[in-house]
Amino acid sequence: MQPLVQLDRVSKAFTLHLHEGVRLDVVSDVTFSAAPGECVVLGGPSGAGKSSLLKIVYGNYSCDAGQIWIRDGGDTIDIAAAEPRRILALRRNAMGYVSQFLRVIPRVGALEIVAAAGREGGLDPETAHDRARDYLSLLNVPERLWCLPPATFSGGEQQRVNIARGLIADRPVLLLDEPTASLDARNRAVVVDLIERKKKAGTAVIGIFHDEDVRDRVATRVVDVTHFAAKAA
Amino acid sequence: MHEIPDAPLLSVSGLTKYYGERIGCTDVSFNLYEGEVLAVVGESGSGKSTLLSLLSTELEASAGSIRYRMRDGIVRDLASLSEAERRLLLRTDWGFVRQDSTQGLRMSVSAGGNIGERLMSVGARHYGNIRDKALDWLDRVEIDQSRIDDIPKAFSGGMRQRLQIARNLVTHPRLVFMDEPTSGLDVSVQARLLDLIRGLVSEFGLAVIIVTHDLAVARLLSHRMMVMKGGRVIEAGLTDRVLDDPHQPYTQLLVSSVLAA
Repeated sequence: MQPLVQLDRVSKAFTLHLHEGVRLDVVSDVTFSAAPGECVVLGGPSGAGKSSLLKIVYGNYSCDAGQIWIRDGGDTIDIAAAEPRRILALRRNAMGYVSQFLRVIPRVGALEIVAAAGREGGLDPETAHDRARDYLSLLNVPERLWCLPPATFSGGEQQRVNIARGLIADRPVLLLDEPTASLDARNRAVVVDLIERKKKAGTAVIGIFHDEDVRDRVATRVVDVTHFAAKAA
Repeated sequence: MHEIPDAPLLSVSGLTKYYGERIGCTDVSFNLYEGEVLAVVGESGSGKSTLLSLLSTELEASAGSIRYRMRDGIVRDLASLSEAERRLLLRTDWGFVRQDSTQGLRMSVSAGGNIGERLMSVGARHYGNIRDKALDWLDRVEIDQSRIDDIPKAFSGGMRQRLQIARNLVTHPRLVFMDEPTSGLDVSVQARLLDLIRGLVSEFGLAVIIVTHDLAVARLLSHRMMVMKGGRVIEAGLTDRVLDDPHQPYTQLLVSSVLAA
C-alpha cells in the first residue's frame, strides 16, 4: 500500500548561537515510511531524537536536509519545503499531533476545546459536539468538569482532554508523543483501544510510547532512532 | 476539505522607509491571505511600528509596493488610490485596533456612538438599526449593554480595548491591524481580550497583522510570524516553528529571554 508518510534522508541539527554556536546534531539520514493502518513506533533511549523527529514531521521544527512527503487527498506535500500556509492546511486536513502537554486556552471549557478541534478538523458542529462528549466519556473525564477550563485539572485529566482533542477529527496521519505518559492502567487501555480503532479506519500512526506494554500492543513495527544517530564529526 | 485560496489579500514587496538617512524599515516582503494572522515581533526601534504605519497607508513608503485585493476582486496598488478611496478602505474594509485607546476611540462620544459612527460612515441611516447593531456588538465583546450611553472615559482599559474591537469589526472588515492591543492591561484582562480576539478572528475569517513585543501573545493568536531587528525582517515562518526552532541569534535571544510561567 502507498505510504501516507515518507521520510527520505532527513537530517536535523540545532545551532545554539547563545552558547558559542555549539552545534547539536539530532538525527541524520532518517528514512522510513508509514502506510494506512500502520502504527510505526519510534524506539530508542531518551535523547535519541524521537520527539524532535515527530516535531520535524509536523513542521514544528525545520528540516535541514531531506524530504518529508505527506499525502493530503490527491496531493503529496514535502513538509521540509512547504510554505507556512500549506503546512497549516495540511495540519487541518491531514495530520494530527498529540503532545505530552495540553497548551491551555484561558477561559475555554474542556468540552468546547475538544469540539472546536473537531470543527477545525472538518467535522460539522453537531458531529463535533457529540463526538467530543463520546471521547471525554470514553476517557473517563468526569462530566462535571466538561464546562470548566482544564487549567485547574490534574495532569492525567489534562492529558486525557489533550488526547480527545488530538483524536476527535478523522485525519489520515496521526503523530503521538507519549500520549499515555501520565495515565493510569485503565486509561492507558482506553488509549490503546482508540489507537487500534484509528488503525482499523486506515490512519497511519507514528508514535512514541515509553510504556513497553502499550508499545507492544499498538506497534505494527518499531523504528530504532539510535540507528539514525548523527554521525560524529 | 478546506480550499486554499491562491490569490493573496495583501501582497507586500520591497517595502522600505527612510527617515532622512535613518532606516525605518527596509525591504519587507510578504503575502497575507484571508483567515491568516501574522504577528510582527521585535523590540522598540526594530521597525515594526513603521511597518504597520506603511501598511495602513498612514505613512508614505520610500520604496516598494503594497497591493491589495479590493472587495470587487480587483488588485490595486495602494499608492495609486485617491484620498477618497483610501479613506473608504480604512472605514469599511480595514480595521485598526490601537494600543492607546484614546487614539482608536472618540473619548467624548458614547459607546454606542463609537460603534454607530463606523456604520454611518458606510451609509447606515436608520437610528433603530444602528442602535440594535451597537447593542449586539457590545454583547459580543462582553460589555454590558446597559453601558451603551456611557462614554469610554468611564471605561476600564480592558473595556476600552473591547470597544475598539467592536467599533472596528461592526463593518465586517477583511483586514485588521492591531498595534500592541493587550499591552498595559492586567494579565487576567489580557487573557480575556486574547480569547475574544481569537474567537472573532476565526468566526469572521479575518486577516490580521498584529504588532507585539509579547511572544506569548504572538503564539496564542498568530499563524505566522516575522521577527524584525534594525528595520529588517531577520526571520519569518510558522509561528510555532519560529518560537520552538529559532535560527537567528537574535531570535534565539528573544525566545530564551522569556520567563516561562
